Amino acid sequence: MANALESYIDHTVSVITNDGRQIVGTLKGFDQTINLILDESHERVYSNTQGVEQVVLGLYIIRGDNIAVIGEVDDDTDSSLDLSNIKAEPLNPVVH
Amino acid sequence: MLFYSFFKSLVGKDVVVELKNDLSICGTLHSVDQFLNIKLTEITVTDPDKYPHMLSVKNCFIRGSVVRYVQLPADECDTQLLQDAARKEAAQSKQ
Repeated sequence: MANALESYIDHTVSVITNDGRQIVGTLKGFDQTINLILDESHERVYSNTQGVEQVVLGLYIIRGDNIAVIGEVDDDTDSSLDLSNIKAEPLNPVVH
Repeated sequence: MLFYSFFKSLVGKDVVVELKNDLSICGTLHSVDQFLNIKLTEITVTDPDKYPHMLSVKNCFIRGSVVRYVQLPADECDTQLLQDAARKEAAQSKQ
């Protein structure tokens, strides 16, 4: 699998799961089925009424079946984001 | 394998990937694999106000199973070639 996640290892990534959640953490490992190991992870909960809430999770394994997108986070852009001011609808769940 | 080869020929082109959670991501096709997982670079979300979730993300990996559509400009695709390849593939799998 040439198109590997190797280049994201040890970088901060933003994972969008099939149920519409966003989990941000450091990618420590992955396998063929895209199971992931995320360190120092936290979930970002978006709401229409209040700013983004961050829930600290710690060391997580996310099963590949449940993963939609893995984004490589640009740490500079991310630290300049004012999360308390961002309001948005939560993401839709994936429907096959 | 047909679509894997087709996507390999599109590496470097700009595409819009619409996902099964209704998120649409525009970007340059960086690579594809046998599962049709897609890696895009220089991404922009088609509707950034509705989806601020990707604001600090420039490159992403999209799991093949979650793709609904891949939108490409008509001139990037040789439909005749595709039709011929599809016919050959169908003939092969019929045997």
